[in-house]
Amino acid sequence: MNLLLEIGVEEIPDGMLAGALEYLGGAVANLLKQHEAGDVTIRTDATPRRLVVRAEGIQSKQADTEERVWGPARTAPEVAVAGFAKKQGIAVEQLELLSDGKAEKYSYVRKTRGRGASEILASALPELVLKTPFPKTMYWTGKGGDRFIRPIRWIVALLDDQIVPFTIAGVPAGDETSGHRKLGAARFPVTYENYETKLRENFVILSRDERRDRIRAVPTKYKCDKELLNTLVNLTEWPTPITGSFDPAFLELPKEVLITVMRHHQKYFSVETPDGNLAPQFVAVTNTDGDPDGLIRHGNERVLRARFNDAQFFWNADQKKKLADRVKDLGNVTFQAKLGTYLEKTERMDQLVLTLLVHAAKAGQPVTDSDISEAKVRYTFGPESPEFHAVRASRLAKTDLTTELVKEFTELQGVVGGLYARAQGEPEEVAIAIYDQYKPVSMEDSIPRTEAGRILAVADKLDTLRGCFRVGLIPSGSKDPFALRRAAQGLVKILVEGKLRLPIQSLCEGNKQLEEFLADRIRYYFREIRGFEYDEVNAVLASGWDDLPDLEERLEAVRELRPTENFEPLAASFKRISNILKQAKFDNEGAVIRERLLERGPETELYRAFEATRLECRLLPDHKSRLASIASLRPKVDHFFDKILVNAPDPAVRQNRLALLDAMLSEFSQIADFSEIVPHTTTPQP
Amino acid sequence: MSSKPLSFQEIVARLKQYWGERGCIIQEPFDVEVGAGTSCPETFLRALGPKPYRTAYVQPSRRPADGRYGDNPNRLYKHMQLQVLLKPTPADVIEQYMGSLEAIGIDLRKHDLKLEEDNWENPSLGAWGVGWQVMLDGLEITQFTYFQQVGGIDLELVPAEITYGLERLTAFLQGVDSVYDIEWTPGVLYRNVRLVDELQYSVYNFELADVPTLWKLFDIHEGEAKRLLDLYQDSKGRTGFPLLATYDHVLKCGNLFNTLDARGAISVTERVGVIGRIRKLAVGVAGAWVEQQYGEAA
Repeated sequence: MNLLLEIGVEEIPDGMLAGALEYLGGAVANLLKQHEAGDVTIRTDATPRRLVVRAEGIQSKQADTEERVWGPARTAPEVAVAGFAKKQGIAVEQLELLSDGKAEKYSYVRKTRGRGASEILASALPELVLKTPFPKTMYWTGKGGDRFIRPIRWIVALLDDQIVPFTIAGVPAGDETSGHRKLGAARFPVTYENYETKLRENFVILSRDERRDRIRAVPTKYKCDKELLNTLVNLTEWPTPITGSFDPAFLELPKEVLITVMRHHQKYFSVETPDGNLAPQFVAVTNTDGDPDGLIRHGNERVLRARFNDAQFFWNADQKKKLADRVKDLGNVTFQAKLGTYLEKTERMDQLVLTLLVHAAKAGQPVTDSDISEAKVRYTFGPESPEFHAVRASRLAKTDLTTELVKEFTELQGVVGGLYARAQGEPEEVAIAIYDQYKPVSMEDSIPRTEAGRILAVADKLDTLRGCFRVGLIPSGSKDPFALRRAAQGLVKILVEGKLRLPIQSLCEGNKQLEEFLADRIRYYFREIRGFEYDEVNAVLASGWDDLPDLEERLEAVRELRPTENFEPLAASFKRISNILKQAKFDNEGAVIRERLLERGPETELYRAFEATRLECRLLPDHKSRLASIASLRPKVDHFFDKILVNAPDPAVRQNRLALLDAMLSEFSQIADFSEIVPHTTTPQP
Repeated sequence: MSSKPLSFQEIVARLKQYWGERGCIIQEPFDVEVGAGTSCPETFLRALGPKPYRTAYVQPSRRPADGRYGDNPNRLYKHMQLQVLLKPTPADVIEQYMGSLEAIGIDLRKHDLKLEEDNWENPSLGAWGVGWQVMLDGLEITQFTYFQQVGGIDLELVPAEITYGLERLTAFLQGVDSVYDIEWTPGVLYRNVRLVDELQYSVYNFELADVPTLWKLFDIHEGEAKRLLDLYQDSKGRTGFPLLATYDHVLKCGNLFNTLDARGAISVTERVGVIGRIRKLAVGVAGAWVEQQYGEAA
């Protein structure tokens, strides 16, 4: 049998259709499976006004079952026997006396009729439907009533040609659906077979793919924005795209502003000229079957003109006060209640930018307050250099938050600042740095284009992270109101891909929670985005992550050398060494290796090879060749473990031996903690 | 569309008539300054409690920060809302709403109507709901909300609130780009009636309003509302207790807050605190109102 379930709802927010369908399809399949009503094929569809599940191959009825139920023994008192019969809902005469193999007992065969599919569905569907997960639900039938994303107005529930009888929120299931609000009939009956055809006759295209194709079929070449396309597919039952145009004079406004107005405020696609510039046109997607009189086009053009006029008005108004004169106004804009205003944030960022610049210049050397004061003098007034640009950009970075244009189009923060900086004669690099400050906004997005932009973006994100962690605004589970995960993820991406050798761990100000949070993001970045294996990432992370470009190089070395024959066995030996040291509770405080205590043969050979490798590693130019050199120690290490008993009876010899192993472990652990490597092939342990 | 579009006042009259025919009490505008028709007692208080109610009224709504000295073609210090409250919501509420658009001459078969998610919240009234902005050919013409909470109280009956932006809607119907070019009635444009208000109130709200005086007024109205709420506590259940008068003072606080805000006199740190003060009063009145209604019902 086939099931058609359609929940007719007032316009469901476009972002919620996919999640609802995923749940409903799975839940209906599970329900049928649990009740042994067959392995069904499920198909789900949705428009703004309906969530639809169709299931094929349902068994009409569960199989009947029989089961013998045993009661009291023959010897039991009469009341007990009567009690048993009553509990089972039968008369005493219907009981049989039979032996269960041990004793004679009263018993009877209980027959359970398999429930029909309709019965199963009718009893389970109301709860199943109401459990659909939505981020925000409402009630509409009165306080305490059922909750859903929007009011449910009709329900179609057909098992073949029979209505499955149930009610949700006072709406009984039936066989009548509803067409397009204006072009279709308000109520008409359907069957499982004619459902889609009938809907189509009433101007509803059920398939989201087909609606997508209709939208894409417009002759105008527009910039296909997948997210917007999905939104429009989910907002329409009968989508028809139309092309409109606007006064080319508006093209004097930056295209970022024009596109934002079209894309975010009007849900229009923007159109490009063949040479890649913005064309004075747009594509709007209507929920109708056409616009023969051009009324809809005309209306949309007028709305867009008003919007562009607004933007023009704001742009002109904003030019009356330069960004540089807006810094003090940031004192009136809250960053976060506990973290003060954007003026305070700007001051912290200014300081942080200087700190980062000094760190970058001193490459690993300690940084003092006087270094930073000096840098401030050196970089604040020019001459033009990436450092000067970063300092200047930081000062102006947040000032666009006080402009009318950003108040109106908040998603353009940063971008507007960059455009204004350019228009107001700031150096181009300063404008670009401001423009790029929120990059990367996702893992797919690129990092800021310039060095100054990268320093600024790092300072901004780091300040937000440090501040929030300092006052306890730490993300938990799915709650991350300040988007700290994204900030941290962006920070990692910029440091690695921008090759910024900044001591990121030290910059966490000793906040262990922040360190752990960042370490997590680093793991995520290298595993999920870069595709390194989890044990490789753990191994290099355990050797420190203060310098991310260096960590990346170590990771690449490990990945490249891992398939070589010596690597994994050596890693296994390092794990063994680590365990031995742990078991021996070896304390390396003041431990030295005394050559005279080394046994001739394997132990001395290992020591010599270790010393040679150690020296060589200092001279080699990169981690890969260092790691290759370390890996070549493998035969000596194997030989040592074959022939030498670490746990020597003489305590002095034993200590010396442990000191040798410990020295090796800590020396080579600067690249990676090899004990974290989980072997691909199980090598027999010697 | 008919040959000649309706004038502003004809649109208002038709909408009132339409909703009047659907069981709404046609009210006149409330006489205390409000930022939106929702704040009027006809919506804020009537939404509460167990009694069904239907009403429609035009409410001039004052938003000091939106004033533009009459320079901006789409932004107004004071605009007109047509506010409809249907409590409880009829099942065909959207069809009824669409009928109202047809009643003012919009042939929906020739236009593009979309309901796009837009949830509403007013923190100083402790009120929120879910719903849509209604888009007609890309223009937002109506806010449609199913109230869930008012004055911090879960509603017994869920009302639908339909708020039409009358200037926008008229500009759309008359095909003009500026609200000031709307024909109010033949021979009279919107600018002839309203431009002077826009200019004068912008000057007052942005330049001349005396901040210490406004704060003083705020404190006075807050004090009076508090005093009354305390008195209510002592005289619980008294049918005639003047909660409506108390609420007037709460609304006064709301408008003073908005004016102070436009004047740039409320720092960001203060903002949340002041909103909290107003909400406390609004929540107090709402709770008392529900109590009083049940008292009457008993």
